[in-house]
Amino acid sequence: MTKGTVSGVVSNMVTLRVDGPVMQGEICYITTGGDRLMAEVIKIIGQDVYVQVFESTRGLKVGAEAEFTGHMLEIQLGPGMLSKNYDGLQNDLDKMEGVFLKRGQYTEPLDAEREWDFSPLVKVGDQVQESDWLGEVEENHQPLKIMAPFQMKGTAVVKSIVEAGKYRIHDVVAVLTDEQGNDIKVDMVQHWPVKFAMTNYAAKPRPFKLLETGVRTIDTFNPIVEGGTGFIPGPFGTGKTVLQHAISKQAEADIVIIAACGERANEVVEIFTEFPELVDPHTGRKLMERTIIIANTSNMPVAAREASVYTAMTMAEYYRSMGLRVLLMADSTSRWAQALREMSNRMEELPGPDAFPMDLGALISNFYGRAGYVYLKNGKVGSVTFLGTVSPAGGNLKEPVTENTKKVARCFYGLEQERADKKRYPAVNPIDSYSKYLEYPEFAEYIKENINEEWIPKVMKLKTRMQRGKEIAEQINILGDDGVPVEYHVTFWKSEVIDFVILQQDAFDEVDAVTPLERQEEILNLVTEICEKEYDQFDTFLDVVDYFKKMINLCKQMNYSVFRSEEYYEFKKQVQAML
Amino acid sequence: MATAFQKIYTQISQITKATCSLHAKGVGYDELATINGKLAQVVKIMGDEVTLQVFEGTGGIPTNAEVTFLGKSPSLKVSDQLAGRFFNAYGQPIDGGPEIEGREVEIGGPSVNPVRRKQPSELIATGIAGIDLNNTLVSGQKIPFFADPDQPFNEVMALVAMRAKADKIILGGMGMTNDDYYFFRNTFSNAGALDRIISFINTTEDPAVERLLVPDMALAAAEYFAVEKHETVLVLLTDMTSYADSLSIVSNRMDQIPSKDSMPGSLYSDLAKIYEKAVQFPESAGGGSITIIAVTTLSGGDITHAVPDNTGYITEGQLYLRRDSDIGKVIVDPFRSLSRLKQLVAGKKTRKDHSQVMNAAIRLYADAANAKTKLENGFDLTDYDNRCLDFAKEYADKLLAIDVNLDTTEMLDVTWSLFRKYFKLEEVNIKKEFTDQYWTNA
Repeated sequence: MTKGTVSGVVSNMVTLRVDGPVMQGEICYITTGGDRLMAEVIKIIGQDVYVQVFESTRGLKVGAEAEFTGHMLEIQLGPGMLSKNYDGLQNDLDKMEGVFLKRGQYTEPLDAEREWDFSPLVKVGDQVQESDWLGEVEENHQPLKIMAPFQMKGTAVVKSIVEAGKYRIHDVVAVLTDEQGNDIKVDMVQHWPVKFAMTNYAAKPRPFKLLETGVRTIDTFNPIVEGGTGFIPGPFGTGKTVLQHAISKQAEADIVIIAACGERANEVVEIFTEFPELVDPHTGRKLMERTIIIANTSNMPVAAREASVYTAMTMAEYYRSMGLRVLLMADSTSRWAQALREMSNRMEELPGPDAFPMDLGALISNFYGRAGYVYLKNGKVGSVTFLGTVSPAGGNLKEPVTENTKKVARCFYGLEQERADKKRYPAVNPIDSYSKYLEYPEFAEYIKENINEEWIPKVMKLKTRMQRGKEIAEQINILGDDGVPVEYHVTFWKSEVIDFVILQQDAFDEVDAVTPLERQEEILNLVTEICEKEYDQFDTFLDVVDYFKKMINLCKQMNYSVFRSEEYYEFKKQVQAML
Repeated sequence: MATAFQKIYTQISQITKATCSLHAKGVGYDELATINGKLAQVVKIMGDEVTLQVFEGTGGIPTNAEVTFLGKSPSLKVSDQLAGRFFNAYGQPIDGGPEIEGREVEIGGPSVNPVRRKQPSELIATGIAGIDLNNTLVSGQKIPFFADPDQPFNEVMALVAMRAKADKIILGGMGMTNDDYYFFRNTFSNAGALDRIISFINTTEDPAVERLLVPDMALAAAEYFAVEKHETVLVLLTDMTSYADSLSIVSNRMDQIPSKDSMPGSLYSDLAKIYEKAVQFPESAGGGSITIIAVTTLSGGDITHAVPDNTGYITEGQLYLRRDSDIGKVIVDPFRSLSRLKQLVAGKKTRKDHSQVMNAAIRLYADAANAKTKLENGFDLTDYDNRCLDFAKEYADKLLAIDVNLDTTEMLDVTWSLFRKYFKLEEVNIKKEFTDQYWTNA
């Protein structure tokens, strides 16, 4: 292996003089005072190699030795990752010793000793290709596939496969003979370089299946689909994280991967604390069982921040190739972009807008492009749905990260300061936010078959009403309450009903926090009924205000009541009496 | 400070406003050095050329100055002797007392493993309803005051520090005026709290770049008491905008490309490294905690400036002060202030109706703001508008003003009584469970 010696240090960028061939993106370890620091090659000029170190370089001296590994930044994929808390480089945080993260401490991501119940899915003589399913183990009630090596070329023949039984991850479970006649021993662990997309599927069609999140402003108003992409930009304090946590708790996915990328440690602790207690509303099992957390909090080394989102995406793709539905959340992609900016700055590259690197847009679009709904080669389907948050500087959406993300993400959930100030949570702006999937004929077809035909037309009508309500609110502001006809007030208050009853949702209330689709349908129908009704009983706008405030209060009480409970029907009856 | 056998270099090849470069071997990154007695730190190594950043500036340094490398990065001696003492940015006593004896720790040390943290859950009571009721503080939290330089943030911070039941209060003063320094000193000593206080002070008279050491010094001391002595520690940092200004000076002198508002591109990470030291340890690790209350001064209330903006993304909320002209007092602004951790204690460590009452009051206060706009635009007000305005005035006076000192249950009772005084049941939009219990009793 190639070796190098340190010839320069500026913060976490180190220059090495090397004695042999080096690959762009290659991983090396620099030894200093007994610590081994992991680093990644980012630029090569002759014998001088620039690396970014994933740890603090304090005390590093010229002449320190470095050893190259011959591979890029890669992670291990296999059974045993669910419920784990990893750092951005896939170190198991629970295995790290001590209260503080020690420099140069790396831990095994998978448990080599644990035994898994393996059952074969192929027999001797079968022909297989890369990523084909050879066997199955169960982890946390999830059927995980053991696949033919991702890097394998061409078609191989199964030479042997073990019988059903207990095996550890490094036990050989199958031997394949490739086209050249070489034997390939297969265990349960795969390696994959995180910066490369996994393309081991047959086709990636336009996604169309609604992904239920239990959040009304998303499911009803701007739905996201399995394999879809979306992003949540918003100034600080508008509830990005609360919304993301709500989605990760409730979404109907087999696996949820949360990448805490340069965010607060206490937010990750909240997940550590709550998820083992909370129950997945769809399966009744503990949420933690289906969750993986990649934590690179804001005080952890900056270079590893970039790695963390790729690590998370690679894991998501791995589960997708087993035919699972994966939801990946990254909070926040702006921090990742900032990590890129810091490095680009140290390399003295010419800066792009706001001092971000010029290729920022390309990196973002490539990353979002890795999500998707896929047909696997065996005809099964899998999906990676990706939701990222963006933290725009100064809340200004005209900044490079937001703009570049908007070009690629199909759903836009814009959080708004004004709504947050009024405590109208979730503060998703109902007018500017959009879901492109509402325009997909495939999606309309799916909703028609699985929910009902009227769903989308009803939603579109309510959206128009919201728009109209906003226009009237502006007119009332200019002309005064008495300056507009009473009907205007009625139209305005109808939009308030939509806002208060459908869009606003209390993420901290036990009942209101999650609304299953069936319940959303009922609410949609009720609100539609309220909005479609013609009201002619009002003499002054004050009557309008009174009437609708009462109506909203009743509907809200309904939202707080257990679905179809006595209490629920009682409030519903009162609403209907008012109509 | 040089010891025997330490190599002394006497040939400086380059001097800029803030840095000196020389040829030296065996030097570690981040290492400290002295140049004719002035402290400096290694910021760049290229081959055998080492660049040093001189904290107090390079004025007066000759090319043949004596340079000695100290073989360590900035550090602080920690022990119980720190309590009650005042230090400068280097951790040297400025109160005339003796040097501290203790274990030497490097400042700006590693971060806490997130899985070794505990979710914060202990309420910090301040008696100020604008904080306890609307923006409850929790131990292990990090939260700044966003304030214009003319607002009484240091006074409010001192008040909070004195009322909060912390074992140790550590003050990190950056670019503090001498007058404010004496204000804190007097407040602490008048309260008889001096033995609980440790201060690291860089005043406006000291070199600006020295400030960069202050937060790390304060937090190294805080970690000693929280980790080793299992104490609850409150760290006050004022003013973080001066700290950020120093960052931009250094980055500018190092020829880095500035990003927004001339701040370095690494501003977010630089600030996060400080604020993320706030932590609650679990019982298994002694149960100590570090809570950080900071001040970020704004320029003309502009929170889109890079410093408050990045801070807002890092801290767990922010508190705004505002002079309310209706009541002539300074209040904690209920609209823009936010404590992100409040739901960890509100309704759990306080009465169950806390969250709903808080939200309803703020919503009605917002309605009052709308009514005010209507009034200013010359429109007639409805009866509801007038009631909102009256409510808002009394709410600000009895609860939001910073001179309030109540416990949270009293605050809730006061709010209910205001609701009942000015509104009908359906106008407050609170869960029936609570209105049943509190509406009539209010």
